[in-house]
Amino acid sequence: MTRQFDRTFWGLTAGLLFLFVLNLFLEEWMRTIGLQSLSRGLVAVGLLILWRTGLVSFGHALFFGFGAYTVALMQIVGVNDIFVLMFCGTAVAGLFAFLLGFLLRQYRAIFFALLNMAFSMILYGVLAKVESLGSTDGIGINQITYLGLKPEGEGYRMALFVFAAVFAYIAAVGAHWYLKSTLGMMTMAVRENEIRVEYLGYSAERAIHVKYVISGLLAGAGGVIMAITVGHVDPESMVYWIVSGDFVFITILSGTGNVGATFIGALVYELLRTYAFEFAPQIWQLILGGSLLFIIMFLPDGLWSIRSEWRNRRNLAAAARSETQVAE
Amino acid sequence: MTRVLEVHDLEKKFGGVVAAHDINVTVDVGENIGIIGANGAGKTTFVNMVTGYLPPSSGRIEFMGKSVVGLKPRDVTKLGLCRSFQVPQVFLSETVFDNMLVAYGIAERSGLGLFTPLHTEAREARVDAQLKRYQISEYRDATASALPQGVRKLLDIAMATVRNPKLVMLDEPTSGISAEEKFGLMDIIMQALKEEETTVMFIEHDMEIVERFVNRVWAFYQGEIICDATTAEAMKDEKVREFVIGQEYHPGHVEGGAHA
Repeated sequence: MTRQFDRTFWGLTAGLLFLFVLNLFLEEWMRTIGLQSLSRGLVAVGLLILWRTGLVSFGHALFFGFGAYTVALMQIVGVNDIFVLMFCGTAVAGLFAFLLGFLLRQYRAIFFALLNMAFSMILYGVLAKVESLGSTDGIGINQITYLGLKPEGEGYRMALFVFAAVFAYIAAVGAHWYLKSTLGMMTMAVRENEIRVEYLGYSAERAIHVKYVISGLLAGAGGVIMAITVGHVDPESMVYWIVSGDFVFITILSGTGNVGATFIGALVYELLRTYAFEFAPQIWQLILGGSLLFIIMFLPDGLWSIRSEWRNRRNLAAAARSETQVAE
Repeated sequence: MTRVLEVHDLEKKFGGVVAAHDINVTVDVGENIGIIGANGAGKTTFVNMVTGYLPPSSGRIEFMGKSVVGLKPRDVTKLGLCRSFQVPQVFLSETVFDNMLVAYGIAERSGLGLFTPLHTEAREARVDAQLKRYQISEYRDATASALPQGVRKLLDIAMATVRNPKLVMLDEPTSGISAEEKFGLMDIIMQALKEEETTVMFIEHDMEIVERFVNRVWAFYQGEIICDATTAEAMKDEKVREFVIGQEYHPGHVEGGAHA
């Protein structure tokens, strides 16, 4: 398939190696920002896939929450291994995405977006009310192990960072390859013309269902990483509709051009939020809102379009130069 | 002769409106059939029922000896019965090449095979061959939304026939095309479909096109087929002249070269 140099694949690989090196020098708070970016970035990759299909979900905190709460509940029964937790967290989220997909795949546009939100709010309501699930206080997360190993001190977070980075890398490369596959290219086809897809011999609804499950799996994985990073799960910070809004924010910020851009967008979002809160605690939402407005007005295709903008300008400048030369 | 399509007592009601009634027709391999009739006569409803888009109220539809009633368009497509649209259904934001590539990808892959890369050299070669067959190679890298109407029609038909269907139903292939271009367009389409040995059925309002390109005509009027005959007979048929083509039309102009 790589008849030509696959820039995204090598870019992601270089990014992973860079994170490995960076991990050795990061301060603890920076590492936390990095982990949260990787977590939200994973969810946003799922939203990117849906977005390319022409669908926006305002409720993916639902699957994020399934992932996060699976970690909490499995620890109650004594499972602390991160590989098992990750597998189960994504599987639970994926299973619910599969089941809900039968309903969701029949809806488009605003109905799809809000139906997702409705389901996420139902889960929020259940988690907030049920005592044994921690109610609004949530549940604390214990320290996790890696196949029996338990790194101590700073090594604990460093190991977590490596795990999250490798997982995000595999997911990103997988998503990138998926988007280039026949089914992945159907994102475009379904968005553009469902009738044609049907008459070519494939079910547009089934294509949407597959994408929905993939996005659910990714959101579940993001939830698992977030739960372990924060060390605590509660309905407000894991399942509330504002959490879903954050993911949409990142998707708009990053643009849908490239899965790598999604993680950059997630990091930018995390930094923006952290610094806005630190320097302007009274108006940090205003700063976030303003940034979103800026992106939509000047970079409607997200951060990724900066690249093509630059290229266009360079080409225009080159063209102008050659014209002047001709004139001379 | 092999029977391609067999329709018995087909009926479609929308509430109290009868859109199709008492339709009995058969099609053999190699026949080219023209479907004529005024707007609202039930032509497209018929095509929609045969291709699985609309469920009939009653009646039987057999394609290659197999009932297709109750099947979805995608299943009918897979059996080898394809259609094009009056308004071309293409992926407007993509290039002609990518439109075709996706069409071939969907036609050639199923199940887990759908996770294999869309771009392969063999498939790209098939795309280029199909573009050549429909004489739209020069638009290969143009965005579909920017195409002239005639080219978009050809792209629509080229996409509809990636599976080398046994039977293709073209819904008004020349609508929205200027009179001078119609014959050239139909020549390309019929030539391409002949190469693939596809039986063709098309809806058409232009009687000169019908006379030139089909050997059999079905005339629809108020949901019924009022005439099923060879083209020459149909053009002389009293009912057809009264309800469909009008008394003024004089067959035979085509041979006289009126259009050239």
